[in-house]
Amino acid sequence: MNRVLLPKNLPELWSCLENEPNAKVYAGGTDLLVQMRARCEDNLVLVCLERIADLTGIREDEDVFWIGACTTFRRLLDHPQIREQIPVLTKALSTLGSPPIRNMATIGGNICTASPAGDTLPPLYVLDADLILSTQASERVIPLSGFITAPGKTRLEKGEILTGIRVKKPEGYHIQHFEKVGQRKALACAVASMAALVKTSSAGVIESARIAWGSVGPTVVMPPDVEAALIGKTLSPAVLKAATDLAGTAMAPIDDLRATAAYRRKVAGNLLLRIGT
Amino acid sequence: MIIRFVLNGKETQIDCAPDLRVVDLLREDFGLTGTKEGCGSGECGACTILVNGENRLSCLMPAVRLEGKSITTIEGLAAENRRHPLQEAFIRYGAVQCGYCSPGMILAACALLAENPEPTREQIREALSGNLCRCTGYQKIVDAVEAAARAMQKENAG
Repeated sequence: MNRVLLPKNLPELWSCLENEPNAKVYAGGTDLLVQMRARCEDNLVLVCLERIADLTGIREDEDVFWIGACTTFRRLLDHPQIREQIPVLTKALSTLGSPPIRNMATIGGNICTASPAGDTLPPLYVLDADLILSTQASERVIPLSGFITAPGKTRLEKGEILTGIRVKKPEGYHIQHFEKVGQRKALACAVASMAALVKTSSAGVIESARIAWGSVGPTVVMPPDVEAALIGKTLSPAVLKAATDLAGTAMAPIDDLRATAAYRRKVAGNLLLRIGT
Repeated sequence: MIIRFVLNGKETQIDCAPDLRVVDLLREDFGLTGTKEGCGSGECGACTILVNGENRLSCLMPAVRLEGKSITTIEGLAAENRRHPLQEAFIRYGAVQCGYCSPGMILAACALLAENPEPTREQIREALSGNLCRCTGYQKIVDAVEAAARAMQKENAG
């Protein structure tokens, strides 16, 4: 039998983690519980974060959103300001799992699971999100891009939890695009996905471009040379087409049951062509 | 451990293992076998229940998470002598073949209609996209949800 602890606030959580240093921490459970059952894991201690009010919700100030790590995708999708200011994230969330999964699963869970196919990761990379990592005694803020080190591996330390995500609002108008290629529309793990945040001048010249791919490498792929190749050019299919090869070179996809590496590289690069369409 | 929650409108408490899956608790301990297990990994929606009105997957919930919540299973949907309009419509439109997905489909549709009483066909498809049906081809299910929405609107207006 596994023990499941349900702390109601942060002080209770810290004492759970102190007493059970090897506990597995989870929120929605849509990933962890499936893995545990597949591996027939037993005699574990699970700490569920869903009841801790300080870890849920969305706060907004002039230029930043704070999103509690245990906020479900459903809450994020229903939030009008999130929809309006960072549609690149909402577009990704609407492709994630299925309605019941979105009612249960959380943004912090998607980040800490650190799957190469995590649907929230490419948008949060282009938005340059920061993570707030806390222990009972300390708090540190690190960029998401430095947090995930390999599939399923993060810089989260023992006794530390992800409490919140800080997302800066893009300044001025940006093209915000997300697209995922999967084998079906719902409940599909991404074969490849791409998030883009592109700013152009009124004449259509690209002033900044942040583009990130999921499912084409061990972690999110965000090649600086693709961005450099786009800046200063007028946004057009030809300019985007020219960048697809550069993008393909930066990727390190794998063959698996969903797609071949070659297909992933090709389709992921071609997703660039949809920017601004 | 003792877990207290509201099950189909009734205050309930039960002593069970905290990691017992809610789908097992409902079926084995309460005999409510309307909640089905399909994949056991959150991909099929057969085990859908409503938790505080939201459709969730009972195969991915340890029992302890029911503490203090109000849950509805397919057995709790009908009024005493009267089927829920969704149940009526599923029968009338032939939206049931083998029936295994039906409780989950109906509860997912119920959550949809509670927040959007006049959904489009596209919105119905989206709302049911976490529930797999291997028999019907979905067409009749969407027809039934549309019809139930109309019936419920009429009921509320009248």
